[in-house]
Amino acid sequence: MCSGCGAPIVVRQVLLASKDPVVVVAATGCLEVSTTIFPYTAWNVPFLHNAFENAGATLSGIEAAYQNFKKKGKINQHINFVAFGGDGGTYDIGLQSLSGAMERGHDMLYVCYNNEAYMNTGVQRSGATPIGANTTTEPAGKVQQGKVQWRKDLTEIMAAHSIPYVAQAIIGNWVDLTRKAEKAFSIRGPKFMNVLQPCRLGWGYKPEDTLELARLAFDTCIWPVYEVENGVYKVSKPKEKKPMIEYLKTQDRFRHLFKPGNEKLLEDIQAGVDKRWEALLAKESLKQSPST
Amino acid sequence: MNNMKTGSEAKPGWKSLPEGDIVPAGTAAQFKTGDWRSERPVWYPERCIHCLFCWISCPDSSIIVKDQKMTGIDYDHCKGCGICVKECPVKPNKALEMKPEREGEACQR
Amino acid sequence: MSKVAARTGNEAMAEAMRQINPDVVAAYPITPATEIVMIFAKYVADGLVDTNFVAVESEHSAMSACVGASSTGARVMTGTSSQGLALMYEILPIASALRLPIVMCDVNRAISGPINIHCDHSDTMAARDFGWIQIFSENSQEAYDSLIQAIRIAEDPRVHLPVMVTTDGFIISHCLDRIEIVEDSEVKDFVGKDRKSKNGLLDINNPVSVGLLDLQDYYFEHRVSVAQAMKDSKKVIIEVADEFGKKFGRKYGLFEGYKLDDAEIAIVALGSTCGTAKAVIDELRSKGVKAGMLKIRSFRPFPAEEISAALSKCKAVAVLDRSDSWSAQGGQVFTEVRSAMFDMANRPKLINFIYGLGGREIDLPLIRSVFDSLKNVEKQPLVQYLGVRE
Repeated sequence: MCSGCGAPIVVRQVLLASKDPVVVVAATGCLEVSTTIFPYTAWNVPFLHNAFENAGATLSGIEAAYQNFKKKGKINQHINFVAFGGDGGTYDIGLQSLSGAMERGHDMLYVCYNNEAYMNTGVQRSGATPIGANTTTEPAGKVQQGKVQWRKDLTEIMAAHSIPYVAQAIIGNWVDLTRKAEKAFSIRGPKFMNVLQPCRLGWGYKPEDTLELARLAFDTCIWPVYEVENGVYKVSKPKEKKPMIEYLKTQDRFRHLFKPGNEKLLEDIQAGVDKRWEALLAKESLKQSPST
Repeated sequence: MNNMKTGSEAKPGWKSLPEGDIVPAGTAAQFKTGDWRSERPVWYPERCIHCLFCWISCPDSSIIVKDQKMTGIDYDHCKGCGICVKECPVKPNKALEMKPEREGEACQR
Repeated sequence: MSKVAARTGNEAMAEAMRQINPDVVAAYPITPATEIVMIFAKYVADGLVDTNFVAVESEHSAMSACVGASSTGARVMTGTSSQGLALMYEILPIASALRLPIVMCDVNRAISGPINIHCDHSDTMAARDFGWIQIFSENSQEAYDSLIQAIRIAEDPRVHLPVMVTTDGFIISHCLDRIEIVEDSEVKDFVGKDRKSKNGLLDINNPVSVGLLDLQDYYFEHRVSVAQAMKDSKKVIIEVADEFGKKFGRKYGLFEGYKLDDAEIAIVALGSTCGTAKAVIDELRSKGVKAGMLKIRSFRPFPAEEISAALSKCKAVAVLDRSDSWSAQGGQVFTEVRSAMFDMANRPKLINFIYGLGGREIDLPLIRSVFDSLKNVEKQPLVQYLGVRE
């Protein structure tokens, strides 16, 4: 991994929350490529990598075999099944496989370590890339200011699958992340966690700030931290909601937004963040999600 | 797997590789990423409150902990990212400081 | 003891799957293989099998789930055709690289485009380079028998490769035929209770990492081991067939020679066409023509030496391909047979007929015309399309 990479922090904190043994599947991506180069593997737990877009389906197969062996008395212990996929292998090419796995109700946790672009292949835009971010396939240039679209709200898509537990989290608040993971592991059924993971290379900042930036994403409400447990929303609120600019100015990928002429764009981004934040709070006050 | 050699030693031929694309767990411990560093964190045990924030934040699992106390840094794998220093809550002087690699004091237990 | 039953190809395969009783089946419907999945799902719903059935949302996920399940040491099966197989293409070579003994029912159907739901071999032929063993069936009986044998072939420690057993879409898959079904207990005995492997990924006490990235220093070695397993599988296919033959009376091998020993003119073909061809050959023989056929059963591994030897005494051979490889010089089977015979001092004249694409009928007159052309083979072009309107 790059020095200061947030992905292994996601993995370490999620896995240490499991009291029971775990079996891990990883989609192709930074995490998988960096942790398993033959003959070296950084994983101390059973691990399988299959391909890029099928972590959900691959883990479904393992879980099905486990249920079968348990039924036949070949295995007695409880095992937690965890898939790790980047936003590439989860939001975009892996969306179908994830959706199918969640819909079928396998007892598994899918964790998206979300660094908001296809980082492993050189920072290409993904469905998770925030508006205005500079990536190599939707760059900032003379006539375009980085990503034109708002990102897809995958956490809400997962909530709409009516699975028992969905969470959006950050690294940088280990109490919250490990608690969310612990809760997920205590539930039998499909679970999904979307964890924001700053990437020093793709976002452009000093490696020591990885956790700080994740916290800032939370403080500015551009990356809300919340959970949906059986359709009930619980949103973590920052002590003090900070303006977007505080977050955008810390990263090279947003540097172009501060050029003269982009003032309206910055305002639009703040307005968009506020709108989405209010909508999320409204869901929380509704107490029960309409999709359940 | 006894004939699996790592590093720059002779690599096994196809006849002696295990079947499939498989290795036993944890072999990356033998791959030392420590030489990627240009700065290193230095630990001051006398200041340390053993909160373990550094341990839980380290991307490279390079904070060594024993019996719930920090005991040192795995310089074979630490990449010098500085997150541990940033996260150390001790005031007024943190229990971890970044130093340039060449002048680093050895604090490893 | 065998029981006589009426079964279509799909029903026969589903029946074999029921008797094999795999641990996991992950499958997605596609014409004309859908019935296999549907019939098997009914077995699951009625508690006739202990299988955990994963109703995945695409064939790509089907094969992905199969890889996951098989990595635990489970016995895993699936079924598909054409576009479904095509959607699996990304994962097929991963299955063989990881040496997973997944067994697939592959109902041959034309690859799009244009979209066509009928029989040809383009789907299976396009998958020939992925390290899967490919066994062709002439009829429902062969499909049933080969599927049972496939479990033993795949799980043999000298092999540990995935196997696809094919039938011809609609022609065999949906055609009711008389077959002999073996007793449930006898199938159980033949395939063994389970894979006899350790729990692989679920062995918490011996954790492993599977599916690592290979850089330039290991990929080649890993691929060559698959090549060796494919070579070694030839022997195993024969051994398993011999054991099957002794137990259940029906003999199999890498191929079947039909009136081939003294044949002067012969055809090489795969699948259901061979059944039709047998009728033509019988006709010709009754007229004193020394006609014969080599029916390939194992296309992967390709039994090059054995096929060359079997055809060596013929004067002229027509290879029938139910697919085109778009190489501009013939179909896949033709290319491989021709290559296999290249080094022979005396070899028959080989020509190619590409036929039956998209389910185009191959009937007695057409096959007769093939043998006719073999009678004056020097005048024939190297490659012809049989049965197409010009």
